[in-house]
Amino acid sequence: MMNCSQATRLLSEAQERELPLKNRAVLKIHVLMCSSCRNFAHQMDTLRQLARAYSKGHKE
Amino acid sequence: MIKPQKDLDPSIETCTTDLSDPVFLSDLRLQMLKFAVLQLSDVSLAEDAVQEALVGALKNTGSFGRRAAFKTWVFAILKHKITDIFRQRKKLVYNSELSPNDDDDFGDQLFGAAGRWEKDARPVKWSNPLESVKTDHFWKVFDACLNNLPETQARIFMMREFLELDSSEICETQDITTSNLHVILYRSRLRLRKCLETNWFLEGDKL
Repeated sequence: MMNCSQATRLLSEAQERELPLKNRAVLKIHVLMCSSCRNFAHQMDTLRQLARAYSKGHKE
Repeated sequence: MIKPQKDLDPSIETCTTDLSDPVFLSDLRLQMLKFAVLQLSDVSLAEDAVQEALVGALKNTGSFGRRAAFKTWVFAILKHKITDIFRQRKKLVYNSELSPNDDDDFGDQLFGAAGRWEKDARPVKWSNPLESVKTDHFWKVFDACLNNLPETQARIFMMREFLELDSSEICETQDITTSNLHVILYRSRLRLRKCLETNWFLEGDKL
């Protein structure tokens, strides 16, 4: 069984590269069952969007 | 004579985007110099470090539309230069400053023994996160959270997310392994999301 610590590590790593298929399957199951990690997963995408908005300038 | 630093909060200059403005650059240079002199107690070493950091950072101006973001980035490079100088001075024998086994135990505080989220560390749902970008106050919080990251985490995170460099470019220039990179980015994201949640998304929900 994958735990939250391992799941969040992979969710961060997925921002750098496509995860191996076997990781993706186990991760998907964990995220389906765990609302905290589901929130974390959304926040990884949000963090990237916010960082880009921050560096590019949000007022344009 | 070094001018006193007017404001430590880089998010004040929010909307102007011309990074080649000589007034902006000379102000920035003075602030950097003041910082470097304080750290190094050596004016000529400080001047060299500031010069190198500025030249290095100006190569990447294309990645920045906000002065505050550029300033955060340029200070991250300067801090790195200063760390380098410290290391040479003390002739410390490190494998690498970037070893992921540094003393950041932040992740350990978040997860219990079984690797589950501790109750009060569980991420909550952020309501309308992308609405936040419309307020200046949010960017001040974002700035502060970035500045609170450990130095290495901040620099690597900015290389990845501001300069949008891919993993191999970062590993090559910083001389780290891919798995070190993943650990550093993971730790920076754990810290950033916690900081934003505590100081913005939870605060905002209470209003």
